Parts: sequence; structure tokens; C-alpha cells
Amino acid sequence: MSEPALRERAAELRVTGTETVGLYTLLRVEAGPIAPGRPGQFFMLRPPGHVLPRPMSLCLHTDGELCFLIDPIGPGTRALCAMSAGETLHVLGPLGNGFDLDVPRPLLVGGGIGIAPLPYAAQVLGEVPAILGFRTSLHAEAAGLLPGALVVVEPELVTSLLPPGPGDVLACGPEPMLEAVRRLVPDAQLAWEAPMACGYGACYGCVVEIEGHLQRLCVAGPVLRAA
Amino acid sequence: MSVAILNASGCLDALTAPDVARELDAFVTKTITPEPREGNRPVRIAETESGMLNSIGLQGPGIDALLSEVLPALAAHGLRVWVSVGGFSVADYAVTCERLDGRDDVDVIELNLSCPNVEEAPESQAEIVAGCRGRTAKPLYAKLSPATWDIAETARAVVSAGADGLSLVNTMRGMALDPVTLRPKLGRGTGGYSGPALRPIALACVAACAQAVEVPIVGMGGVSTGLEALELVAAGASVVSLGTVLFADPSAPGRIRAELFDEAVARGYADPLDARGVANR
Repeated sequence: MSEPALRERAAELRVTGTETVGLYTLLRVEAGPIAPGRPGQFFMLRPPGHVLPRPMSLCLHTDGELCFLIDPIGPGTRALCAMSAGETLHVLGPLGNGFDLDVPRPLLVGGGIGIAPLPYAAQVLGEVPAILGFRTSLHAEAAGLLPGALVVVEPELVTSLLPPGPGDVLACGPEPMLEAVRRLVPDAQLAWEAPMACGYGACYGCVVEIEGHLQRLCVAGPVLRAA
Repeated sequence: MSVAILNASGCLDALTAPDVARELDAFVTKTITPEPREGNRPVRIAETESGMLNSIGLQGPGIDALLSEVLPALAAHGLRVWVSVGGFSVADYAVTCERLDGRDDVDVIELNLSCPNVEEAPESQAEIVAGCRGRTAKPLYAKLSPATWDIAETARAVVSAGADGLSLVNTMRGMALDPVTLRPKLGRGTGGYSGPALRPIALACVAACAQAVEVPIVGMGGVSTGLEALELVAAGASVVSLGTVLFADPSAPGRIRAELFDEAVARGYADPLDARGVANR
């Protein structure tokens, strides 16, 4: 299905509130005219006072709200986490290619802030197994967004929870985790991350090496097949 | 014709965002080189307090693919096209201009004489313009760097060499460091600085060149509102290009065009173009 024109995917949305989830923040906004898209797609959120927006995947879609899980690691993400109810947030999306959910035996695999798109994937898929890994038990509080998930904390790694014959792996997490999953599950769908200025193919800032060439992750991904 | 609004080269891909490109009076391609280029290794972008750095490094498909694939696709979208041309020698620029010369789907050739992210050609900017002038009858616009002591002198030199217009300004070389490691954020160390911080510099360059030469000027640098576009016109531009703002706001062309008219009318100008050069009187 073709998506609406880019300009129709942009809107000023009203922030309805924020919640602390372990060391992360869940930012909630009224969806307005913006569609939630497919899990693994992303949205560009413009932090107040910043020149560039930040790419975020949708974490939850509930009651006409879009919720984004954000790790406040820099000035932009901190500004997003500091927004309060009633403020407006410029949102562009959904963008990029999400997960292919039409698979027989999905297994969600997440690491750290990379769990962000998985709760929405679980909403769409219904009951689905999930395995998650975090740096600390404080970070692991975010696992509450995926009830029933198996959780490990470092030094144990999430790949230790991968069962033999893991099924159709849908993974998002830090690069070393994705590389490890790629080695173990050659047909996994992996959601990657890169710094982006625009999210829609304009800036060429987000290139990653795909099949031996530098390609724009926002256009070719962010979900790519492992092999 | 009122003030035309374009994208700055490298700030929009009309094939991934055709509805955005259609809001422009013409689409300016990413800089094309004779051979395909992978561009620089990541990290390629970094936000700063009042702008952004990019270090893309002229990634592109090369002139063959531009001619056979990109230009026909742009024409299918009904877009008027300016082609930005780059290179590492006069010969690079000249051969590319020659191949664009006969194309009906190209309106203007913009010579990117000032990319801060690759090695520069050893020849002067005027020598490059002169080398291209002999190879094409297309209008030639020279895109100049603001990082020069006397940009008016460069403007006079490139116009004498045959430039039909000026594009002012390109980004300036800058650097940002990771606050923890104190290492450069960009893979190549430095990048081109654009966005709001570039705007006063662009205004000064446009004003200086408008008073030095008679050719049309495309003004660009940090414009994000109609009033800021009108200021570039007041400094002497007759065309305004949008760069960094497009990354944050794909609706910028239509919004800024409407704001530009309102701001002109609010100041007693029937058309924004009537304000051209008032800053220099």
C-alpha cells in the first residue's frame, strides 16, 4: 500500500504527558491526523529549540495517542523528555520500512532502548514471545512495556535466551546485539539506527553499508534482513 | 516572475519526496561528478547549538546514471531542474557541463565550486567557470564559499569568466566534538556548517556581491521563515534557496512562499521582488 504524500505525514501534535519507565521516558502525544504505521517504521520528532528532529520508532498506539520511548542521552532527547502536557510537538511520519509481520512464528528480540518498537509490534501481532536484554536492572524496568517477556541483565546477553530454531526473529537493539543476532539467525529482520537529519532521503546523513555500498538507512531501512 | 524558491543542492531528493519538490520553482540536484561516488564514511551529520554540520562528500551516481536514469525520472514528475556540477579539476567540471549541454530537461547548471567536504580542484574558481563556459550554452551559476576575505572579488572574477549568476552561499567548514571523548563527532573530522548560524554571513555575502556584479543572485543560508527569505532579497537576491530547514520541515517551501508574500505586503511591497536590494541603498 502506498503511503500518503510526505507533507500529509507532518503535523503539530499536542503532548498529553510523559511517564518515567525505568531510566527512559515515554512521551505521549495525540495522534491527530498521523497514522501509526507499521511497527519498526519511525517518526521524526522535533525537540523544542533544536534545528534538527530526532528519529524515534513508535512504542505504543493507544486511544488516539502515539507513545514514544526515549532515552535522554543528549540535548535533543532530553528536550523531548522534558516536554509537558499541552505543548505542541512537530511530528513527521511514519517513515521508512517496518517489520514484515506476516510471518508464521514471530519472536521479538530487544536490547536497551532498542526495545522501543517492540510493544507496538506486540499490539499488532497479539500474543507473541519476546526476549529482552538490558545493561542494568534499572534499565530493565522498561520490560514492563512487554508483559510476559523473558529478561536478562548484563553480563548475561539476550542472545543467550535465543532458543534453537528461534522462528522469525524481529530484533532491535544496539549494533553489537544486532550483529550477534545476525550471526545466529541469518534470516532475522533487524531494525538499525543511525543519526538522521531528515528521515526522508534528503540529507544522505544516515548511510550504512548495505550489500557493500553506503545506502540511506531511512530509505532502505531501518528494518533490514540480516543476510 | 516573483522571487523563485529552490532547494539548496544536497538538501532534497525529489525522487523520494516528489510532493515537496513540486512546491519549488525548480529542483536543484545533489552535486554530480563524472564518476559515481560513495561519499564519506559515517558519521556524516551532527547538530550544533545553532546549526548543523554535514560531511556527505558528494555521494552520487555519476553523470552517466544522472543522464540515463535521474533526469528522465525528474522530468516524469514535471520538475524544472538545475543540475549541480562538481569535480576535482577543470576537466571534471567541463566534461560534465558538455554532457548536460544538449539536454532539454536541464534549465541551469550550478557549479559547486566550494564543497567543504572534499579536496578542492587546484585551479581557481574563475578558471573552472571559464573551462565550462566553452562547453555549454546553458546558464551557468557559480556557487561560492563564504569562507573568503573578499567574496566580491571572487564574484567579479567568475562573472568575467562567464558566469550568468551566483549562488550564495555554500556551507562553511566547521567541527563539533563529542563532549565525553573530545574526539570529532564526524567521521571525517570536519563538515559543512549550515542552518541559522550561517544566515548573517549569507546576508553579508549577498549584499557584497549584489553591489559588485549585475548578475542574478540565488541567496541561501539558514532561511527558515518568509521574513528571513525577504531579508536575502533585500540584500540583493532574486531567488531564495532552502537548505537545512527542509530536513526539519518538508512543508517549508509552501509555508515560506506564503510568508514571504505576507511579509513583503506588510512592508508596502506589492511583490517581494520589489524589495530587492533595498538593504544596499
